[in-house]
Amino acid sequence: MQRSFSFRLNGKSVELRTSPDRMLLWVLRSDLGQTGTKHSCGEGLCGACTVLVDNEPVLSCQYPVKNADGKEILTIEGLAKNGNLHPLQTSFMTHNALQCGFCTPGMILAAFSLLQNNPHPTEKEIAVALEGNLCRCGSYNRIIAAIQDAARMMKGEDS
Amino acid sequence: MRDDEYILYNTGENSFPGALDRREFLKLMGGGIVILFTVGDSLWLQRRRREYPEDFNAYLRIGEDGRVSCLSGKIEMGQGIHTSLAQMLAEELDVALDAVDMIMGDTAVCVWDAGTFGSRSTKYFGPPLRKAAAEARAILIQLASEHLKTPSGGLGTKNGTVFVKKNPRKSVPYAELTKGKKITRHLEAKPPIKHHSKHTISGKATDRMDARAKVTGEAKFTADIRVPGMLHAKILRPPAHGAKLVDVDTSALEKMSGVQVVQDDGLVAVLHEHPDVAEKALGMIKATFEEPEYQVDNQTIFEHLKASAPEGRIVTEAGNLEEGKGLAAQEFEAEYHNHYVAHAPTETHTALAKIEGQNATVWASTQAPFRAQAEIARVLGFPEENVRIITPFVGCGFGGKNQGYQIVEAARIAQLCGKPVQVAWSRKEEFFYDTFRPAAVIRIHSGLDGSNRIVFWDYHNYFAGSRSSQPFYTIPHHRVLEKGGWYGGGTASAHPFGVGAWRGPGSNTNVFAIESQIDIMAEAAGMDPLAFRIKNLTDERMKRVLNAAAKQFGHSFDKAPSGKGYGVACTDYLGTYLATMAEVSVNRKTGEVRVGRVVCAQDTGEVINPEGVRMQIEGCITMGLGYCFTEEIHFKGGKILDTNFDTYLIPRFSWRPKIETVLVDNPEMPPQGCGEPAITAMGAVVANAVYDATGARLFVLPMTPSRIQSALL
Repeated sequence: MQRSFSFRLNGKSVELRTSPDRMLLWVLRSDLGQTGTKHSCGEGLCGACTVLVDNEPVLSCQYPVKNADGKEILTIEGLAKNGNLHPLQTSFMTHNALQCGFCTPGMILAAFSLLQNNPHPTEKEIAVALEGNLCRCGSYNRIIAAIQDAARMMKGEDS
Repeated sequence: MRDDEYILYNTGENSFPGALDRREFLKLMGGGIVILFTVGDSLWLQRRRREYPEDFNAYLRIGEDGRVSCLSGKIEMGQGIHTSLAQMLAEELDVALDAVDMIMGDTAVCVWDAGTFGSRSTKYFGPPLRKAAAEARAILIQLASEHLKTPSGGLGTKNGTVFVKKNPRKSVPYAELTKGKKITRHLEAKPPIKHHSKHTISGKATDRMDARAKVTGEAKFTADIRVPGMLHAKILRPPAHGAKLVDVDTSALEKMSGVQVVQDDGLVAVLHEHPDVAEKALGMIKATFEEPEYQVDNQTIFEHLKASAPEGRIVTEAGNLEEGKGLAAQEFEAEYHNHYVAHAPTETHTALAKIEGQNATVWASTQAPFRAQAEIARVLGFPEENVRIITPFVGCGFGGKNQGYQIVEAARIAQLCGKPVQVAWSRKEEFFYDTFRPAAVIRIHSGLDGSNRIVFWDYHNYFAGSRSSQPFYTIPHHRVLEKGGWYGGGTASAHPFGVGAWRGPGSNTNVFAIESQIDIMAEAAGMDPLAFRIKNLTDERMKRVLNAAAKQFGHSFDKAPSGKGYGVACTDYLGTYLATMAEVSVNRKTGEVRVGRVVCAQDTGEVINPEGVRMQIEGCITMGLGYCFTEEIHFKGGKILDTNFDTYLIPRFSWRPKIETVLVDNPEMPPQGCGEPAITAMGAVVANAVYDATGARLFVLPMTPSRIQSALL
């Protein structure tokens, strides 16, 4: 019952043959060796496995690989361009908006998606958008500050 | 508590299908003091004799490229010692901070360590690390003196070089002196470490050095390690602790390609190259378990614990309680309850074991790699030196990863199947095998004299653990009894599953009870809770943190309940002093509480990384809200009803309060711990604020909406 799939992962074409109902998280981590995307709850309850599919955030632990066929996938490994970190990444660093770092890839991708739709979110809008992303270390306030700062940096780049 | 005791007590007996018999298992996991003394020449006794080494080479290496490796048996799980230990080393050795590479938790190359817990890394590993670096620097000066033909007294060090003070252009880099080799020379008289006033790296706010790896996805956690030929194992689990496997049928898996089944002495594991396929295959196994009748659940647990408790052990006492009661004008009796709480680390317990001949290499998410090394050596029957534990970045620990059952599982299965094996627990397994913070009961009987001084304090602690239970208020007649600790004790069936250390073990429950009782007495004294505390304190350090917090808080307290919703609590956590103040609002209809603002003033002695300390305080405050409001394990006997974050709610973005931290300056005191202290005051400060807002006193944690509604009636 295996099928062939093709999609673009971080700008590169990927073709693979596997069972269509397997979740994207495991295909990314196990078949493709892209381990930046994390498994934490496995039931779509924590946001650690967040990736972008055609620019929409999805919980990859709940997203069958067949749904990704022909689409564009962005994971944390694809956010920096030519070795230049994305403003969200540098802002998370300068705000120390992480501790153990296990939820960080999902946080950054959820934030990336938010800023695409809302380039200047308020504190409350960020909190609402990221409510499904859990950080056990408790870095929430710093993450909000980092996202707002990244939004300002991105605005500066645009103008 | 010493490290060895910490390990010894940090145990929990989980049902662990077919792993080992109980006696063997307890020997391995350190099942308690009785076993310790019957084992005789056990690994535990060997470990007890271990200390940090004298040879500075054990702590650091200077590479040919000038980079300096800091070797530490500690691990990084978010608490930030990856940065602060590097700061301590760079400061004493006089190298640039970014020239330091941290190598942590690798038993083959790092300094032996009991484990990363108890807010002990900076406090206890920091001093020998500093001494090692100071000695290395002094020897580098000696070597340079020969090299530069200049007396040592005329030489200085800076940024990884030794230079001639009178002619700074004449210098030699450390790397040229050592050429990547171990330094064999040692000093008889060990040089002193720098005074903090001379520091340029230590004591300065420093961004996390592991952040870049963590924001790019390059940081490796255990589940991210790949070795050729590795398989993922999923293990058949019982429905409840204490359940026995009666029958198992794996025939449905026979036709699945790439699936391998391993069975050994009650252990049933399914292996596949992809973890999700192994998981799916596991679901096709038909298994029958016999479950014991359950005796206790989360409703009846507190009466059960009181009935199961051992005789009390006196933690501390002074004066004479009867005499104290004779002095009292008012007496207060109250009982406080705290439920089981999960660690819920973001990264579940994970291990990858590779066995080649008589050698094992195991990558593990663990807080205690050297302990894991000993365990694996015993399980596999290998000499300890043939087992190497490597600890990648760890995604939260909080004491839960002092236990390493998944490491034993990975090693056993790897040995059975002959291939490298990864075991990564699911969230359900994580909840099931967690060693919970124990449910506990505190009973306090206390009294005030006519001038509102606390004159007696009789404290009975069932299973919380004694930490932070010693009174820091000035109370002439007091006694603190501990009946069972956070490691268990009492009848074997006291806890129906494993319990253990949880960030600030013992203290969260003790501070909740103590500081609630103090507020009850403050009200009876007709005083505001801050003034009452100051009145009953002679400890100037505690007064200082209270005053620092009050200054930042900016509001004045009134006799509770004032309707304002202000709370205060303070404590001494193993030498770190802190005072926390909070503002809350309570929805009387729904029983929901909103914590708007938390201020925490902390005196942690000399501060290595102020930014790191602030991050830990903020994390403690945020995480602590979970056990204030929602975190409570629901269970029926050995069956854990919470399996994921849908019923076990942990703090999220919408909960976040405004947080303000004050670092109370105390640089002459050696550095104390800061990973745990600030979480321990959260139950009390919020309960006191809820009382101030509503007049409803909560004697149970967590303060769920229904409990608050009941207390409001």
